[in-house]
Amino acid sequence: MHITGHLASGPGFVPPSTTDFKLPSIFGHSDYATKPVVLVFFSVIVISLFFILASRKAAVVPSKLQFAGESIYSFVRKDLGQEIIGAGFLDYVPFLFTLFVFVLVNNLFGIIPLIQFPTMSHVSFPYVLAIFTFVIFHAVGIKRQGLVKYLKGIAFLPGVPKFAYILLTPIEIATYFLIRPVTLSLRLFANMFAGHLLLLVFIGGGNYMLHDTHLFMKILSPFSFGFGIVMTFFEFMVQCLQAYIITLLSALFIAGALVEEH
Amino acid sequence: MEATAANPLVPNIAEIVVGLIAFSLLYIVLRSRVVPMFEKAFTARTEAIEGGIAKAEKAQQEAQAALASYTLQLSDARGEAQVIREEARVQGANIIEELRAKAQEEATRITAAAHASIEAERQQAIASLRHEVGTLATELASKIVGEALDDQVRQSGIVDRFLNDLEQSKK
Repeated sequence: MHITGHLASGPGFVPPSTTDFKLPSIFGHSDYATKPVVLVFFSVIVISLFFILASRKAAVVPSKLQFAGESIYSFVRKDLGQEIIGAGFLDYVPFLFTLFVFVLVNNLFGIIPLIQFPTMSHVSFPYVLAIFTFVIFHAVGIKRQGLVKYLKGIAFLPGVPKFAYILLTPIEIATYFLIRPVTLSLRLFANMFAGHLLLLVFIGGGNYMLHDTHLFMKILSPFSFGFGIVMTFFEFMVQCLQAYIITLLSALFIAGALVEEH
Repeated sequence: MEATAANPLVPNIAEIVVGLIAFSLLYIVLRSRVVPMFEKAFTARTEAIEGGIAKAEKAQQEAQAALASYTLQLSDARGEAQVIREEARVQGANIIEELRAKAQEEATRITAAAHASIEAERQQAIASLRHEVGTLATELASKIVGEALDDQVRQSGIVDRFLNDLEQSKK
């Protein structure tokens, strides 16, 4: 919708830009009534409903619905919890599970017809997720090792010659308190942002070519649409992968904080 | 306003708040309603499988115990049969031995009895023979010597003495 608005306003083709991510409020002018906000709450409702229905019976022999829900849960539980965190992993499974399904569904919104907007392309949401991971893995480390010992373990890497601390200490501190949360959120954000932009380019471009006065451009427009469809499949892969990666990295950070020496 | 909106890295306060609330909400729901149920299903499934295995193991143990007891009983019975057979053999041998001894004894007894009766008969025969021979000899002698001699000769035992001498000389 907003694409055609852009096209109508200018004479030539206006490529999609960051302003395309600035969506107007659905009702009124509140920041709390925008499409991404609605989508995030919608995702919470959809995920809750699906998993409550799937897990309600908790049968030994699962129904198809229970099996579907269980498969996702046990994937996070086993591959991201048990295998990475190891002993005591069960405490962190609810968080990892929530993180995975929340990101996955919100990413998939990017290609689901009629929704077609990945909420994680608004950087605020990945920031929130990074804050959660940041707080949790530091809390785990402090709880497990005590504040002083934990901070000392980060700042002064054991088994390293003394003079190396000049270089290593700033790097380690930056890694734990800045680089990790920032990369965690920006990786997700950038992938979703770029993916959405890419789809906008091909589909918006196809649309523009179709409405062009030249017959030549009209003939070529299906190629642009076609590539848009190919990129949609590619996006599906990236969306799943990013949900996996942010959960995997969160699990790795927690596992790292659980281990005595880094 | 437009400049900040165009920078995609600047967060929106409303979205931060919404994100925090939404994620927390989802976390609470999944943690309280979904995760325990899935864990319950997993535990129940594990128990069902382990229960089945335990049951099978128990059945197998019982079968093995039964087999062991039957084998033991069988070997006991075999041993018992062996003992009985051995006893029977010994008893049989004893009986045979006994019977043989008895038969031997009987045979000996019969033989002895036969010997005794033969001896008796012989003695009798000898006595009667002696008597007849004596009579005959006396008759003969009386015929030769005369009738009066009859009583006198018997009294003096001449005939017996003669016959004894005869036997003595024969030996």
